[in-house]
Amino acid sequence: MNLSLRLAHLYPKLMNLYGDRGNIICLRCRCEARGIELVVEELDIGDALDPKGCDLIFMGGGQDREQRRVVRDLLDVKGEAVREAVEESVVTLAVCGGYQLFARYYRPAVGDDLPGLGVFDAHTEHPGENVARCIGNVVAQWDGDTLVGFENHGGRTFLGPKASPLAIVRSGYGNNGFDKTEGAVYRNAYGTYLHGSLLPKNPHFADHLLRLALRRRYGEEVDLAPLDDSLEQAAHEAAIRVASC
Amino acid sequence: MASVRLVGAIAAGRLAGIASRAFGRGGGTALPGVVAERIDPRLVEQLSAQLGHGSVMVTGTNGKTTTSHMLSSVAAKAGYLPLHNRSGSNLMRGVATALLDEAGPFGRLSQAERRLGVFEVDEATLPEAVAAVRPRVLIFTNLFRDQLDRYGEVDSIAARWRDTLQAAPESTTVVLNADDPSVAALEASARGRVVFYGIDDRAPALAEPEHAADSRWCPDCGREYQYDVLFYGHVGHWRCPGCDKSRREPGVRATSVRLEAHATRLTLATPQDSVELSLRLSGLYNAYNALAAVSGGLVLGIEPAVVREGVESVAAAFGRQERFEIDGRHVQVFLSKNPAGLNQVLRTVAALPGDKRLLLLLNDDIADGRDVSWIWDADFELLAGKAASVVASGRRAEDMALRLKYAGFPPDLPVVGSAAEALALALRETPAGGDLYVLPTYTAMLEVRALLARLAGVAPFWEEQP
Repeated sequence: MNLSLRLAHLYPKLMNLYGDRGNIICLRCRCEARGIELVVEELDIGDALDPKGCDLIFMGGGQDREQRRVVRDLLDVKGEAVREAVEESVVTLAVCGGYQLFARYYRPAVGDDLPGLGVFDAHTEHPGENVARCIGNVVAQWDGDTLVGFENHGGRTFLGPKASPLAIVRSGYGNNGFDKTEGAVYRNAYGTYLHGSLLPKNPHFADHLLRLALRRRYGEEVDLAPLDDSLEQAAHEAAIRVASC
Repeated sequence: MASVRLVGAIAAGRLAGIASRAFGRGGGTALPGVVAERIDPRLVEQLSAQLGHGSVMVTGTNGKTTTSHMLSSVAAKAGYLPLHNRSGSNLMRGVATALLDEAGPFGRLSQAERRLGVFEVDEATLPEAVAAVRPRVLIFTNLFRDQLDRYGEVDSIAARWRDTLQAAPESTTVVLNADDPSVAALEASARGRVVFYGIDDRAPALAEPEHAADSRWCPDCGREYQYDVLFYGHVGHWRCPGCDKSRREPGVRATSVRLEAHATRLTLATPQDSVELSLRLSGLYNAYNALAAVSGGLVLGIEPAVVREGVESVAAAFGRQERFEIDGRHVQVFLSKNPAGLNQVLRTVAALPGDKRLLLLLNDDIADGRDVSWIWDADFELLAGKAASVVASGRRAEDMALRLKYAGFPPDLPVVGSAAEALALALRETPAGGDLYVLPTYTAMLEVRALLARLAGVAPFWEEQP
């Protein structure tokens, strides 16, 4: 059987701050190595999302200026389709600024709240321009394993009752620096502050996303062939090493 | 009459420099400035005010060091005595140290009347540096994302530059890269004369856009810039379809650009004569550095022929295409510290003839940026399949190796954390007469360059003669 997955990449030109395309490169390579075709559709401002035509959705982080530019389009043009896709368990990954926009709202240090998609029952508050940003290497506990990455965010995110944390912080700030939570999960949608890029250094998490997407599309019998991840593991361990010093 | 405070600051700074060198802690290119500035915060202002010919300052994400080396060379050919923070130590402490090195114990610069300050300045340090030095000429190269964990977002640097220009003296001439829209936009904030430089020749255009572009949208109307020609990143012949802004016709412009393996030939049209330039450096980014330096030299009133001679005589600045001969192997170091700069290096190396051996070093010290995710924004794919051997090294060697694997390099490439061991391995893999290209981040460059200098018998940079 020729397997194929379709990934909708939201705002690749605007939301690409911290090597986010590494996540796409990683998914593509890990699909190719298993003979799975990954079709990436880039959706910019004005482009509609077909909730039935995608197996994966990805959105990266951006500067404040870029986030302000995409928020209107995300809510008005793509919002309903994204929410529908998430309810249909389409596998979704939103990183940093993308994560914030997928939550309920963002409260800046000054000015009005910026509404978000509300995929995650969570909100973000900026504690004020004089408060230090959360910057540094992160190690977090996820599914009996670790996730590693780098975070750089001013806003602090707090989860509501309907969202679960993606991971528990071992080293770093995570969502807010207080409650040890990192990221959020709702159905098959994942939000996280980790870049670095996230997926290349966390191949088990990349494969988790691919496995979910394949099973959703083709049923339980489809599984992923293991790959030689020795270099991925070495980079993962190096990230743990630098985070602890 | 020098103040007691200034005299004390100079004495303490000099002592710190002697100690730093004696204990082998480095070149003493920053510590004396730190110490002296703590004692007298007005040190830079007081010493730079004595520069007989004033000063020229260079800032921007990439190209500062090479451009200022070219300017220093031009100044020397024109008969000035350049006072230059030539090691690339470009925070206030670096500027202070360069001034201290030429100051007498009572706060007098030696041969002050013949001096021209040539200062490269970190993009975030610019406001302070301009306020203290009040340069005659202020040159901007380009603006790209760089060390986001340290500088913050690109927009905040642009805002800082605008504020700096609004507070700068009217007597400062501002020299801008017409082809970088975020630099060209500074014209609106300049109070004095503005000079633009750029490339007119369309020959070096990119076939398709790069990922590492930052200023793609007009900050005023939000529309995406359109390009007639794109040279790299977001640099090219741009115009905004929304609000009628477009690239200005540059006063100093390259009408012909010929990129060769180890040279670049340019024909420049200037308000005076046309200039034929033959650079000993390769890559389009060095064509821009030369344009910036030529513009600066002409604004200073130096004859075009002298400007040309000065720019042409620059071989390479510290770690920027610098070459070493080691046991018959040709080693060249290409400092690579952000996606846009690295892409230029990758294109330049890809165009070089012959078998390529590569050594890539990725560090994550504060001066490199702690965040290494930027390597995913650079197009290593340009070199995949083109290297006869490759070694990944540095504190984040594994991250570099992983990036290379996903770019299509062999997944079993050697990963060697120690720079010394990695260099030894890369040299072993390079046959006599062969070429080894070393691509390090900033602190890795300092390390690998020191190793190479020792092997090649070159003096350490702080003993380098101008």
